Amino acid sequence: MRETSPRQDFMRNIWDENPVLNQLLGLCPALAVTNTVANALAMGIATFFVLTGSSFLVSLLKKLIPGEVRISAYILIIATFVTIADFVLAAVVPDIHKELGAFIALIVVNCMILGRQEAFASKRPVGRALLDAFGTGVGFMIALLMMGGVRELLGNGSLLGYAVMGPSFEPWIVMILPPGGFLTLGVILVVFGWWEERHKPRWQPVRQWTHGVDPGEMYGPGGWETGPAAIGAPGGAKQEGTF
Amino acid sequence: MSDDRKLPVVGPDIPVEGAPTEGGTPPGSAFPVEIEVPSWRLVTTLALAGALAGLAIVLVFSWAQPRIDAHRARVLQEAVQEVLKGPERYEPLFVYDGQVTDILPAGVDSTNADRVFLGFDEGGGTVGFAVQGEASGYQDVIRLIFGYDHMEGRVLAMKVLESKETPGLGDKIIKDMGFVGQFEGVLAPILGIKTGDSTGDEKEVEMITGATISSRTVIGIINDQLARIGPALDSYRVGGGQ
Repeated sequence: MRETSPRQDFMRNIWDENPVLNQLLGLCPALAVTNTVANALAMGIATFFVLTGSSFLVSLLKKLIPGEVRISAYILIIATFVTIADFVLAAVVPDIHKELGAFIALIVVNCMILGRQEAFASKRPVGRALLDAFGTGVGFMIALLMMGGVRELLGNGSLLGYAVMGPSFEPWIVMILPPGGFLTLGVILVVFGWWEERHKPRWQPVRQWTHGVDPGEMYGPGGWETGPAAIGAPGGAKQEGTF
Repeated sequence: MSDDRKLPVVGPDIPVEGAPTEGGTPPGSAFPVEIEVPSWRLVTTLALAGALAGLAIVLVFSWAQPRIDAHRARVLQEAVQEVLKGPERYEPLFVYDGQVTDILPAGVDSTNADRVFLGFDEGGGTVGFAVQGEASGYQDVIRLIFGYDHMEGRVLAMKVLESKETPGLGDKIIKDMGFVGQFEGVLAPILGIKTGDSTGDEKEVEMITGATISSRTVIGIINDQLARIGPALDSYRVGGGQ
């Protein structure tokens, strides 16, 4: 297990190991429901609620859940929170609930959530699990809002429904259609990767490669256990300072 | 880190104490598990978790359902008000077998009849009917409600209740007043025409450029409903029956 401080538990998921931008998890909602800021916000809040609730329960009950049925138990917990979120959204904000449609129910299969339970919450104390869930939820929300902001601004000339681009602006319809999601995500990932590249610690990888040492091992045993690599997502290796 | 190291070496010939022998499978040939958790515990855990989850969902559902129903009723009520141009009051009626009736014949299910709403003005005169209809649009089913003045044969207004049409193109059938506004006072049956082809005919509605299918569906829903139940509505007179 990689040792982390409580501050790291919270902070790393917001930017350095952002679920969407770095781990490329939860892409289905990130692409599907980010055509407006309001939709992105509602999806972000719903996911935050499910993630926090599930992490709390999984961490609390980790001793009671036998390893053999842990995945079923996690999914059951997650699905319960999703169903609750579904009903609450339908009762409180029916219009947004209608817009998000099936994607609320699909939070159940968001691998970001199950990933946090399996890789983190099921092995840590409740407080740490909650910090991690808060961080991941906020990180996910930031990514969704970035997508939603760009797409609504360019595709509709507005932000949160308020026109900001002036009357002469011709909306780029493609940005609120599915291709706009892929375009926006691609551009954001390029910018994020470039930023990450610039702020990487300046150690010399060349020598390590010529000696045939897997740079992934450089950060000590267990460096792969948490975070993205544990759930087999691309981008995980990048985080550990390798290519 | 290889998991193989953890596994005890158990060959097919070595009998393992307490291991079940079934169907001729040599004992121990299945993957050994380090700590054996009795299966009753697994089943109990999941059953208990499922029961608690069910309880939580039922509690939330019983809180949310009245609110969801109330919202649905409010949306319909507002829509009726809107397409009948703010009538003093309105009452629900049925169209069944070519007749407008307030009570269905015994044994007829209300799902087999069309539910319409008849609006009245301050003086007690009729304003028109609010009629619902639906058909497949470009993406999914479009559901709408429209007001119909059966004395004049004109559409009063149209409001889309449900649509998943393409954002920015097809969804103009909901909010683009340039399109929606044209339904106010148009003579039925409606003719859908291309932008700029207007001849001043009172039956014409200009379709949305880039959303021809969605526009055509909206017009089609209204025309189809009027072709089907229009005669019944046209001949309806308050008090005098048909």
